[in-house]
Amino acid sequence: MHPAYSVIFFTVSSGTGYGMLFLMSVLALIGRLSVDPWFTWPSFVIAFGLVTLGLLSSLLHLGHPERFLKALTQWRSSWLSREGVLAIATYGPSGLFALGWLFFVTDAQNPGPIVGLLAVATGLLCIATVFSTSMIYASLKPIPQWFRRDVSTGYLSLSFASGALLLGAIGAITGATAGFVSAVALVGLIVAFVIKARYWRGIRNALPTVTAASATGMDQGARVRSLDLPHTEPNYLQKEMGYHVARKHGDKLRRVSYVAGLGVPVLALIVGLGSGGGAAIVAAVIAAVSGHLGIVVERWLFFAEATHTVTLYYGAESV
Amino acid sequence: MTDLPSKAPARKLGLVIDLDTCVGCHACAVNCKEWNSGGFAAPLTDTDPYGAEPDGVWFNRVHSFEADTHGKGRTVHFPRSCLHCDNALCVTVCPTGASYKREEDGIVLVDEDKCIGCKLCSWACPYGAREYDANEGVMKKCTLCIDRIYNQNLEEAQRVPACVSTCPVSARHFGDLADPESDVSRLVADRGGRPLMPELDYAPVNRYLPPRTYRSQQSPLNATADSVEGKFLQWVDRLLS
Repeated sequence: MHPAYSVIFFTVSSGTGYGMLFLMSVLALIGRLSVDPWFTWPSFVIAFGLVTLGLLSSLLHLGHPERFLKALTQWRSSWLSREGVLAIATYGPSGLFALGWLFFVTDAQNPGPIVGLLAVATGLLCIATVFSTSMIYASLKPIPQWFRRDVSTGYLSLSFASGALLLGAIGAITGATAGFVSAVALVGLIVAFVIKARYWRGIRNALPTVTAASATGMDQGARVRSLDLPHTEPNYLQKEMGYHVARKHGDKLRRVSYVAGLGVPVLALIVGLGSGGGAAIVAAVIAAVSGHLGIVVERWLFFAEATHTVTLYYGAESV
Repeated sequence: MTDLPSKAPARKLGLVIDLDTCVGCHACAVNCKEWNSGGFAAPLTDTDPYGAEPDGVWFNRVHSFEADTHGKGRTVHFPRSCLHCDNALCVTVCPTGASYKREEDGIVLVDEDKCIGCKLCSWACPYGAREYDANEGVMKKCTLCIDRIYNQNLEEAQRVPACVSTCPVSARHFGDLADPESDVSRLVADRGGRPLMPELDYAPVNRYLPPRTYRSQQSPLNATADSVEGKFLQWVDRLLS
């Protein structure tokens, strides 16, 4: 599948934003979300900014962005519609939660029942929105690398880990979270990359699901090779769904993703947790920047390594 | 509504394509383009049509394959278009309701006024039946020529999809595949017509008739080598050599 920059940016950016909001709602519920305005203001502004920028970026790749309200109507059958509805619905409780925390809560241990309820709603809606994003891909049968359960767990865990990394960096810079969020990010990141490692092994070892013989109605097991294409120049189908990344480049990029997304942040976070002051700030920032770079590479691979059954008509013998 | 019809359509209009007969002339694709450039889903935009990188929207594309069937290789020409699936994921994934399947005849269509051009339906179609019109910003697809098959201004014999009407070898057949007594259903039964990618469970309506088994093909000269005719031909051969 063609790795469109707008969709990569959207899923990483809004994933990080929802991860931050989810973590902040959980921290609020366990009495560990700081009320220091130097921490809370940038955290909420950046979280909402990332979510909103991501959603706007996803509108950019539409043919008719001005009709986007129509996309909220088919939530009964369409995961894309559900994602849109949930993304907009999340603004309500999470916005009120942010306003409550910024303007009314003075004691982190005692935020009061209303802000508590808003935090619960925020956390649940963030999970539901990111899950819907993942199901847009995980519900597509023609793409075996996406039609898997671990696509959802991968999206959810990476969203959480990337949000924790950024919140940990803001916390370190403002001195508001004293390492706790960084420890959460460390665990989240390891869990996410264990899921991704299993996913990558899974798609590599998966048996082909459909053959060119089945795609053309020939006898089962018959070898069917593409001889002539209907057209001389690539068409929409080939440009959109025929994207092909060489396995050796894929493997190299996977190593980049492991090193930047997991190795560097884990080392930095451990160093940061063991030290304090300036070193902890530098470590948390390195972890967040490098981690996001690794997750962008992971997301690029998620699209580039996905193969579509339509390629069976354009030279592939199995998918 | 992008929910599929709650009950199975009364009629399932579709195509039966004979891969044994198809000669790969692309006339069906060309006539499809011709008719639909002025039809329900018009225009079928082309970009750079006479330049170095021509591109454009087609509802019907003819591929050629080399297939090992019955122990021998043969060329199989394979026209590919929308199969108007009963279990059409291209319809259910649509966020706006632009994509829909008609209850009365099972035809899958796009309402271009509702389409936001998110392209998700084209990802959801395993057969590559949907092509995006970058010029108009909407998705386009085969309409089974709804503007021909119900068109009272056409002679009755012309009320078939453009691809069917133009096929010079009658490799394309149009009819109601829900009716077991229809010509197309009988053809499917007689020739063992197949759905494409049945393992994905899209329940396509269109069927493809696989190439027939080869008859043994011996040279007529060898067959008659010992016959009177054969001896006569051998004598002529010697005389001329």
